Amino acid sequence: MRYSALSIFLQGLRGNKHWSRAWRAPEPKPRYDVVIVGGGGHGLATAFYLSRVFGVRNVAVLEKAWLGSGNIGRNTTIIRSNYLLPGNNPFYELSMKLWEGLEQQTNFNSMVSQRGVLNLFHSDGQRDAYIRRGNAMRLHGVDAELLDRDQVRARLPFLDFDSARFPIKGGLLQPRGGTVRHDAVAWSYARGADAEGVDVIQHCEVKAIRRSADGGVEGVETTRGFIGAGKLALATAGHSSQTAAMAGLTLPLESHVLQAFVSEGLKPFIDTVVTFGAGHFYVSQSDKGGLVFGGDIDGYNSYAQRGNLATVEHVAEAGVAMIPSLSRLRVLRAWGGVMDMSMDGSPIIDKTAIPNLYLNAGWCYGGFKATPASGYCFAHLIARDEPHPTAAAMRLDRFARGRLIDEKGVGAQPNLH
Amino acid sequence: MASLVRCPHCGPRPREEFAIRGAALSRPEPDADRETWCAYVYLRENPRGPYAEHWHHTGGCRRWLVVTRNTLTHEQIDVRDVAEPGARA
Repeated sequence: MRYSALSIFLQGLRGNKHWSRAWRAPEPKPRYDVVIVGGGGHGLATAFYLSRVFGVRNVAVLEKAWLGSGNIGRNTTIIRSNYLLPGNNPFYELSMKLWEGLEQQTNFNSMVSQRGVLNLFHSDGQRDAYIRRGNAMRLHGVDAELLDRDQVRARLPFLDFDSARFPIKGGLLQPRGGTVRHDAVAWSYARGADAEGVDVIQHCEVKAIRRSADGGVEGVETTRGFIGAGKLALATAGHSSQTAAMAGLTLPLESHVLQAFVSEGLKPFIDTVVTFGAGHFYVSQSDKGGLVFGGDIDGYNSYAQRGNLATVEHVAEAGVAMIPSLSRLRVLRAWGGVMDMSMDGSPIIDKTAIPNLYLNAGWCYGGFKATPASGYCFAHLIARDEPHPTAAAMRLDRFARGRLIDEKGVGAQPNLH
Repeated sequence: MASLVRCPHCGPRPREEFAIRGAALSRPEPDADRETWCAYVYLRENPRGPYAEHWHHTGGCRRWLVVTRNTLTHEQIDVRDVAEPGARA
């Protein structure tokens, strides 16, 4: 069923009792051309682009819980493409362009809101670094504007400009950045893929990967029986080490917990996304009125989907240092997600050494903004067996070859990326 | 994870006093081959369960510790000094 103003009107006249399911709940078939493990944002986006763009329609997405139960429903909904390095920037800009057309392409209101992303700077050195990043962005065709202190003050008068320790000197703005309704991203891709014939199978956990005598992947053992796979694609984010281990692979990943928070609802207060330059803090306001904010990862390996009070305190301190009036705000909810932190802070979209096994992992805490391009490039790789040009640097063997994409320049220390 | 880490020298101390290095792996011999070094620097078992890490008690005794935790439940299983016999250094 196509969603439109007319369909809402007509269904309303009939008491809203005749809406069809957004996607089917199919029984698994014995075999698919492509089986995608992980029904999160990246897995569903991969299925959508595989079927819609690359014409591969005999596809299943296997999800161990319910759709969007992982990081796609646990992030701070920010989208941006303000990256520095050539291995990253065109990829994230592809993602931004796909975000801009997402609602039309999937016929689903995912509330893409290009309200801008503003990174504050607090010193001359930091301004120079931001100018360099802004220039790198513009050379790649990405929008970037340097704002001085007065321009920032005109937009966000409530920031602490005259803090003795971290005075705000200006900011780097990406006007096309913004936020997207995170759950709706999972729903729009699931519905779009389903309409192309993809089987989205929930509550189906992969327990083992079956391989043939030549080592190639034949299929997966699941809680709903064996499912054969022409090609097997792993998109399991924080649990990538577990699914890869089923095929005997050890990955350059650590799983860490990242917390996020939402406050009580407020009247309109922040109409953009703004980040602190002197600490790790980012905040936006949801359409319901709550401030959605977060900080850095806790710093230790964790699969618990919950974090530590020390990080809560640190995030609150950074927030109040940037916006003093936040001190009077009450936090409504806090949660944690399991991040697949890679050894250089950049993702992996690649074939593995095992025939028919494809890997999408290492998104650190930047996976949400990358969802469309990750799906598109992964689908390209699966369908054509060659990397998409914008993801050509995101290889699994780049660590052994010394071709790291280390945006932050901190080395093989995942808890610092 | 409990907010208190049981330092063997200082007793239970707040987590903020500690800096975390990562997996407690044995460093290869200097002349080990390329694959061994590459695995040491980049590859991680990343278990969903007990896991030994190097933690530094930066704000306390400044000793390197081996903290063994359960990454699924955050339970602290064992904390000992790296120099202690049996600790993974």
